[in-house]
Amino acid sequence: MSAAYVVRRVLLFFVVVWAATTFIFFLPKLAPGRNPIVERIGMMVATGGVNSAGMQSMVDAYEAKFGLNKPLWQQYLTYLGDLSHGDFGYSLMLYPTKVVDIILVSMPWTIGLLTVSTVIAFSLGTVLGGLLAWPRAPQAIQYLLPPLFMFSVVPYYLFGLILVYLLAFQFRVFPMSGNSQYGVVASFSPGFAADVVYHSILPALSIILASLGFWALGMRAMMVSISGEDYMLFADAKGLNARRIFLRYAMRNALLPQTTTLALSLGTILSGALLVEVVFSYAGMGAVLFRAVSGFDYFTIYGVVFFIIVGVAFATLVLDLVYPLLDPRIRYSKR
Amino acid sequence: MLNVLRFLRQNPRITIGFALIGCMLLFWLIGNATIGTSKAVPISAPPDLPPSAHYPLGTDSAGRQLLPVLIAGVPLTLEVGLLAGGVGLLIGAVLGFTAGYFGGPIDAIIRTAADVILPIPALAVLVVIASTIHTLLSVEIMALVIASLAWMYPTRTIRAQVLTMRNRAFVDVGRLSGESHLAIIFRELMPNLLPYLAASFVGAVGAGILAGIGLEALGLGPQDKPTLGMTIFWAIYYGATLRGMWWWWGPPIVILVLVFLSLFLIAQGLDRYANPRLRQTV
Repeated sequence: MSAAYVVRRVLLFFVVVWAATTFIFFLPKLAPGRNPIVERIGMMVATGGVNSAGMQSMVDAYEAKFGLNKPLWQQYLTYLGDLSHGDFGYSLMLYPTKVVDIILVSMPWTIGLLTVSTVIAFSLGTVLGGLLAWPRAPQAIQYLLPPLFMFSVVPYYLFGLILVYLLAFQFRVFPMSGNSQYGVVASFSPGFAADVVYHSILPALSIILASLGFWALGMRAMMVSISGEDYMLFADAKGLNARRIFLRYAMRNALLPQTTTLALSLGTILSGALLVEVVFSYAGMGAVLFRAVSGFDYFTIYGVVFFIIVGVAFATLVLDLVYPLLDPRIRYSKR
Repeated sequence: MLNVLRFLRQNPRITIGFALIGCMLLFWLIGNATIGTSKAVPISAPPDLPPSAHYPLGTDSAGRQLLPVLIAGVPLTLEVGLLAGGVGLLIGAVLGFTAGYFGGPIDAIIRTAADVILPIPALAVLVVIASTIHTLLSVEIMALVIASLAWMYPTRTIRAQVLTMRNRAFVDVGRLSGESHLAIIFRELMPNLLPYLAASFVGAVGAGILAGIGLEALGLGPQDKPTLGMTIFWAIYYGATLRGMWWWWGPPIVILVLVFLSLFLIAQGLDRYANPRLRQTV
């Protein structure tokens, strides 16, 4: 892996983040004749029964305060400057809490749930997929194919709804929602950890079960096409043992496209996981986003969206940098 | 006609996929003719009733009858998918063919744009757009917003396919016999890629529906339409799972799973048709 590749890849990361933030800054401004402040104050007037006589001067005051009366390019620069040192402003619903604080509290939950379940689903699915396409694997494993196939087309959160109903409502095996016992203060004790794990099983299970099939089917197709390669026949003819052929010859080579797929689908996986949190009221960023959307808390929406974009871009960057280490054939340099 | 039948017999996946879609269209047509969708609005029935002879799929907390909701929701969901997938693929095809066929600086610009936008999670941007134009959002606008972020993957894959074909002999022959660029793209390249484009289209439709119900499940769908995603949003919002109201969220999930299953089968069948190497193996 050349230094030039690393530099180029890191540069792309910044370009992606910049493009996305620019996107989400300008896109809403393109909508004709909309003024979120007028709407927000109008909403408050409507719900609060306040008389609306002074509304226009209030709107003007807020616009001056938030700098919305300045030219667009100046607003854009201020926005970029604020973002660059993590200032997302205040939450409208939970004023005076800062958006960044809300996100920092909820982010570990999302990262934990997402990482654990994706790692399990990816590794389990990959091994299963490999075995499904392996002629010498036990026949019984083929029975897994139809359910895996079915599960792979169900979005995570719809799966979550079914699991909550079955395992938390009908058979009260798992808690219905939340990420720990209500009212218990978070601490680093074994009891609290066990409680957190207990609460995370159902959300994690819906992500794992729903994505297992995706990884297994992809791996299976890859393994099938690899089985026909000459080097497989050659390894067999050399009399290598089946285990070695399976792991070193077949799995190793089929694993690489799987990793590329993982990098490409990170955004989809994260979106799915955020909605799973909504279903389980799991206190991660998905639940924060859901609440912010219902309450028109624009600053929180923007903050969460920014973190999602940076997170996905960063994870893709890491995978892209790891990829050439996995595959010695890839050098990313001009020979 | 006979050819169509033989094609369907040789490609069972495509047949099953289309049959499932057909069933859903039948459900919509028959439902529309017999029951209608006028009861798909709030306070058209007593709230929170389980399925009964009078209310076949029960009612939700706002007093919507859920069978009419489904009858109204199925075509809306398919519409979002077809429109978002179609427009997304159209943009992707135009950009992909342009980039792959002409190469040079145009290719570099299109490729960079696709590479930069691809890693941005579409749902994140969609949430921002949908929450600002919330009140103006109709099914069609939502579909177009989704399409605006669905062209990168088709662009990349179509470009790659065109690249492998650009220097084949039949393209050169076309060029030497004085065909225009457009004629080469439409008459030489396009027909070879048709099964591939069809498979990408089906994939894009599925992705469009997924993005649509994702937005709707967050409550960001069209407010006045009983789409399947909005039904799920209201079910989550009113805690239907915690109250055991399976008839509220269960049927929309079943329909969505069938939609995704049929699209998946059709896409796989088309893939297999376009790429004979896959056929005998899996």
